[in-house]
Amino acid sequence: MIRVNNRDEIEWQDGLTVSDLLERCRYTFAHIIVKIDGEVILPEEYDTRVIPDGAQVHVIHLIAGG
Amino acid sequence: MSKQTKTTRRVLAEYTYEPASVEKGYTGQTLYVNVSEHTIAAKPVTDVMKDKFIGGRGFGLWLLWHGVKDETRWDDPENEIVVSSGPCGGTTQYPGAGKSLVVSISPLTNVVVDSNVGGHFGPLLKFAGWDALEIQGKAEKEVIVVIDGSTGRITIEEAPDVPVDTHLVGHWLINDMAESEEDRYYMSVISAGTGAEHTRMGCLNFSLYDRKRQAPRFKQAGRGGIGTVFRDKRIKAVVVKSDPVRGDSNAPADPARISRAGIRLHKEIHGYDNEQCKMRVTGTSYLVQIMNDYDLLPVHNFRFGSHPDSPKIKREVWEDYFTQGLPDGCWYGCTLACAHAVDGYTVRTGPYQGEVVIVDGPEYETIAGVGSNCGIFDPEPILEINFYCDTYGIDTISFGTGTAFVMECYEAGVLDREKTGGLELRFGNADAAIELLHQMGQDEGFGKIAGQGIRRMKEYFVREYGADADFLNDIGMEAKGLEYSEYVTKESLAQQGGYGLTNKGPQHDEAWLIFMDQVSNLLPTFDDKAEALHYFPMFRTWFGLCGFCKLPWNDISPPDNKYTDEPAKIPEHVQNYVDLFSGVTGREIAKEDLITMSEAVYNFQRVFNIRLGYGLRDHDDVPYRSQGPVTVEEYESRTERYDKQLQEVLGLDPAKMSTEEKVAALREYREGQYEKLKDAVYERRGWTKNAVPKVETLKRLGIDFPDVVAVVQKHL
Ligand code: SF4
Repeated sequence: MIRVNNRDEIEWQDGLTVSDLLERCRYTFAHIIVKIDGEVILPEEYDTRVIPDGAQVHVIHLIAGG
Repeated sequence: MSKQTKTTRRVLAEYTYEPASVEKGYTGQTLYVNVSEHTIAAKPVTDVMKDKFIGGRGFGLWLLWHGVKDETRWDDPENEIVVSSGPCGGTTQYPGAGKSLVVSISPLTNVVVDSNVGGHFGPLLKFAGWDALEIQGKAEKEVIVVIDGSTGRITIEEAPDVPVDTHLVGHWLINDMAESEEDRYYMSVISAGTGAEHTRMGCLNFSLYDRKRQAPRFKQAGRGGIGTVFRDKRIKAVVVKSDPVRGDSNAPADPARISRAGIRLHKEIHGYDNEQCKMRVTGTSYLVQIMNDYDLLPVHNFRFGSHPDSPKIKREVWEDYFTQGLPDGCWYGCTLACAHAVDGYTVRTGPYQGEVVIVDGPEYETIAGVGSNCGIFDPEPILEINFYCDTYGIDTISFGTGTAFVMECYEAGVLDREKTGGLELRFGNADAAIELLHQMGQDEGFGKIAGQGIRRMKEYFVREYGADADFLNDIGMEAKGLEYSEYVTKESLAQQGGYGLTNKGPQHDEAWLIFMDQVSNLLPTFDDKAEALHYFPMFRTWFGLCGFCKLPWNDISPPDNKYTDEPAKIPEHVQNYVDLFSGVTGREIAKEDLITMSEAVYNFQRVFNIRLGYGLRDHDDVPYRSQGPVTVEEYESRTERYDKQLQEVLGLDPAKMSTEEKVAALREYREGQYEKLKDAVYERRGWTKNAVPKVETLKRLGIDFPDVVAVVQKHL
């Protein structure tokens, strides 16, 4: 199990990448910051960076709109 | 385009002056024009105005406060329209530094409305010698006001053959008054339109002359019906003309400091806009698909947050419509350049059918408001409505949200063909929506009723048709009398407050917290939400004091923003604003001062609302549609989400409840949460539980003027 944004429990699976997670959560907004256990992940690593079981993931959406 | 005939102009009043030069962002004078009494006068800008009210919206509120009485209503002659840019307005080195702020008493809300608008008027007004323009009175016959900073002459004139609708009057007056091609660059026209005079939702159009297209274009001060006030004063247009704008026209104290900040942001935009929001390609239309993906796009009068047809009106569709490769900034130097337009659009209906015009926009709010919210997933009618709203001088947001309300009333049986005069106003019926708009423009049929806005429609439907008042209050998406802008807030308590706990009403320019709250879960406690509902409205208020556009603050961010402590605030850009303000005015400030400067003006505006008989806790109520599912159909469209909340938060067993019982239980909970939010926010802002700023708050902010304290003391 991994925890996203201190709230949502997402079932972990072997080889789950940041891109997989974003797709699963339907996080399509490009203007985001991803942190795994406090470490900032660069966008170029989203496809390859694997999320470990038990990780705390933050997907911070920068404000948009208006 | 309608044929321009010779213009007869008869001068009713004239004032000559030596234009004051700009020093550190100020001219030191404001211009007063009374169109009843034909008075034109200069007023000094005092130290209190500069220290406490800064400029822009602050100057507007100060001048309006002193111009009106406690009992003044929107259509009294003493109501004013005040336009001011602010000390940084007119800067050309930093993107988004040419906005104008307009304030007036609103025909929709009966309190003060402020609107932030692009176009060239505010900066050119300053370069013509004036920090603000204050218009009062009501003309006997239709007039135009001309402020010519090049010759130092101001006139109030009758111009009977000048048309009223914006796309005509803008071209007409510029053609008539420009003596050379270059003259056109430094002219700007404020106009409204025939729809503004027949509805309460009139907008003002502020022109800019587009050198590439060789035509004027128009940006809208949309919210709150200021265009209606303008037409009620029988003003067709206000024209300003200045000497050519130069890079140092705003005479900043430290030009190098401003240039450094500007270069940093220009580089960011150049390097990262394409991978972030693509504002330069499609402007704010990128938000349509994003909002749909996050269940935030208003669909069918805010019942739902997404729709399978939304791809038909998404960014890529507009990319093909917008002419690409033109520098679409609404003031010089804005390289974020999001003010796109559709060129060569052939009007399909109404009085201008067959004319080939430029359509300014559509922006996200228009696409969502007149598109998805009305069930219209077709770009062509959205363009048609966008064009006519602008030229008739009608706010696209109030029109969109108002029409969505009418459509739900029609489908719920509150209205029928007989009551609408034959218009079948069902969701998705674009032809009926367009016809409704023409009726507003021509003061005909059901358009006369719909143009009064949702609050007055609700009263009318209850009174005349025996409609259920509770149902209409639940589904009518207005607060304080103003129609909601276009975001679904059901799952974000903080944004319910972002719309409700406001001064002017539900417009997202005070706070947009949905991602922070609902998606990123950065505001889990009431204290967190209250802090955000303190900081962000104050921070955004500051743009309106100084003449800035909000978009370059957070629709682009530097690549290392992700490593900062508070990435949502874009700390590097906050520092840019500190540099810009200090660099222009010579007044050294720290980033915390941005908040206290705004707090003074924001609290003053709250007190102003109380003075006018509003502004208390009950006036911050919001319709239940903005908080949760009103109908069984809405609940059942997201059963999993709502059942989970009943189970996990309220400890109920949804399996044992009917949908009606579940709707009621959720409602009781969510309405209670909103009341708790009010308490937390009022406390954070230094207000009483009845939303009245405390005297100690006024003292701390240095706005404890006797007449201000006297207003709040009646409520303490
Ligand atoms: S970002 Fe867009 S709206 Fe803001 S000043 Fe630039 S062009 Fe105008």
